[in-house]
Amino acid sequence: MAILHTVNKSPFERNALESCLRLAKAGSSVLLFEDGVIGAMRNTRFSEKVAQAMDDYSFYVLGPDIQARGLDNDKVIDGIQVVDYNGFVDLTTEHDTVQSWL
Amino acid sequence: MENGEGVVKKFCYINRKAPYGTIYALESLEVVLIAAAFDQDISLVFADDGVYQLTKGQATEAIGMKNFSKTYSALGDYDIKKIYVEKESLEERGLSAEDLQALKYEDEDDDWAEKDSLFVVERDELAGIIDEQDVILSF
Repeated sequence: MAILHTVNKSPFERNALESCLRLAKAGSSVLLFEDGVIGAMRNTRFSEKVAQAMDDYSFYVLGPDIQARGLDNDKVIDGIQVVDYNGFVDLTTEHDTVQSWL
Repeated sequence: MENGEGVVKKFCYINRKAPYGTIYALESLEVVLIAAAFDQDISLVFADDGVYQLTKGQATEAIGMKNFSKTYSALGDYDIKKIYVEKESLEERGLSAEDLQALKYEDEDDDWAEKDSLFVVERDELAGIIDEQDVILSF
């Protein structure tokens, strides 16, 4: 089942998320974790771009990394699914390949 | 010279990285606490993703890392009372001052009254603060 793309960098700091969204094929999944969770939050400079990309991709975000940064699951963009570490493992097994955008 | 002991310089620590994803935030805090022992004129600046270092309610149990965010509230005890957060950085992240810890210090010249040490400042003002420093360290 397609590719799981992972992004662990803040979109404010690196262009990993933008490269991922530019080069990932529609139908792929995108998991945001570590500083990448910043890209999943509402009302940021990148929120609209991510919300638009949800037409093409299934988005996931790692909850523990949200809480560590003092952010709130309630402020995640609607439609992005919050997962825990077990969910992370499930995603890797459900997909054919994992592509890490470092 | 001050009190005939040594030169007091204006030190500024600029913090621009989110916590936990990299080691910069923790390293900066360690260096700030060491430098505080030398009685210098210290300012901390939080801009870009550095503003995430000061969010309240950080909970790191699940990622298995030490939650060092409580240390920021101890900075006042080290006579660090000039902590500047760039307003524009907060805004483009959908954050406001209410999302940050309330940092205070006790003013020994005012009967130990508790006063704010965190200031949300606009870009132009922050540029002026940085410009007047003797030493700038970047994290």
